Amino acid sequence: MEGAPLRVPAGASAAAAVLLAGLFRIRETPVSGAPRLPYCMMGVCFDCLAEIDGVANRQACMVPVAPGMRIRVQHGARVALDGGAG
Amino acid sequence: MPPSHDSIVIGGGLVGAAIAWGLTGQGLRPVLLDEGDVAFRASRGNFGLVWVQSKGFGAPHYQRWTRASAGEWPALAADLAARTGRDVGLRQPGGVQLCLSDAEYEERAARMAQMRAEAGNFGFDYRMIRTPELRGMLPGLGPRVVGASFTPYDGHANPLVLLHALHRAFTEAGGTYVPNAKVEDDIHAAPHDFAVTAGGQRFAAPRVVLAAGLGNAALAPHFGLSAPVRPQRGQVIVTERTAEVLPMPVTTIRQTTEGSIMLGDSVEEVGFDTRQRPEVIRVIAERAVACFPWIGRLNIVRAWSALRVMAPDGLPIYDQSEAYPGAFTANCHSGVTLAGAHARLLAPMIAAGALDMERLGLLSAHRFAHGEAA
Repeated sequence: MEGAPLRVPAGASAAAAVLLAGLFRIRETPVSGAPRLPYCMMGVCFDCLAEIDGVANRQACMVPVAPGMRIRVQHGARVALDGGAG
Repeated sequence: MPPSHDSIVIGGGLVGAAIAWGLTGQGLRPVLLDEGDVAFRASRGNFGLVWVQSKGFGAPHYQRWTRASAGEWPALAADLAARTGRDVGLRQPGGVQLCLSDAEYEERAARMAQMRAEAGNFGFDYRMIRTPELRGMLPGLGPRVVGASFTPYDGHANPLVLLHALHRAFTEAGGTYVPNAKVEDDIHAAPHDFAVTAGGQRFAAPRVVLAAGLGNAALAPHFGLSAPVRPQRGQVIVTERTAEVLPMPVTTIRQTTEGSIMLGDSVEEVGFDTRQRPEVIRVIAERAVACFPWIGRLNIVRAWSALRVMAPDGLPIYDQSEAYPGAFTANCHSGVTLAGAHARLLAPMIAAGALDMERLGLLSAHRFAHGEAA
């Protein structure tokens, strides 16, 4: 979790791991930059978007944890294409 | 006697709301009757293009009307922002249609040349651009892209914010919005004297505008009008938000101001069926990935279908009733593109009591009267 090891029950979701870790945010929204944490825990609200194993914008509540998984805060919008207009 | 209004607009989607708001600018205080969430709600499924370059092949009057609307759009957006504080996200950087084969490119080039020829003195500014130059305009193009047509007239906006802003501007200007108000068959029509029952209430006015989308087909004959529109299904896919990549919209792909990428432009003749078909979604996705391979790495977060309001020839229908002067109808599948014209050009005609036939005469339903009448 953000580079630090964390023990999580087998079968838990990555979003549960985020809450267990006690982070203050797992993402910042791309529009207003507001901090967010997992909310609905059932794949609907998209507030738990995180970078998981190097892939941006994954719904952490829909991803079961696995040994060695790397979860990082999603900062703003994902970059779709390096060197794009942004 | 029912409470009397100066005008009734039937249909609370983009067409009805744009006209109703435009009427308030002419000193009228219309009542806007909106069916409810059981309606087909084409305005909620709109792709959001303010699109000119593909409109009016073989029908230069439609090209002129569309271009006039795109020209009115900046004033519409500024006016709505000033009155409601809502930014409808209008961007008009021009737009392209990508070609994935030499055959597509040649066909597109011929079509654009024909459009210019038909435009005559009115002009039609476009360029056919081959891929090497195109790569400087659009990042991450796929290897199958051979070129594109570009016109400077094209753009896009947020259709949901537009709808909300029109409604808000309308009610703040003194208009009356009535939800859950589907017009029933109990319709009275006489010259400058109309009454309808909707949502359990009776409404009367000397002026009525039919802007009920697919509902116009059944309503129009009650008012001495004809609106032979049918549903045509389109499906849309939306990806997660990403940092800005696309500096301009493509006919079938656009990036919203919030960063989502929308993919669309399917066409199916399936009647009043709003289901989605994976086969069609796959074709949309495949074409998008062929245009921009990096789109294939994005997550899809939503997909939906909606029904276009389509006339037999694909053009809008505008009409005024000859039997019952004071009754008008507006029908189109481009509620966003034509919002500028509806609010700022059409509404003043309706308020004045007569359509400008020089502009709209060829878009009357009379064009279907010969041969295969619908």
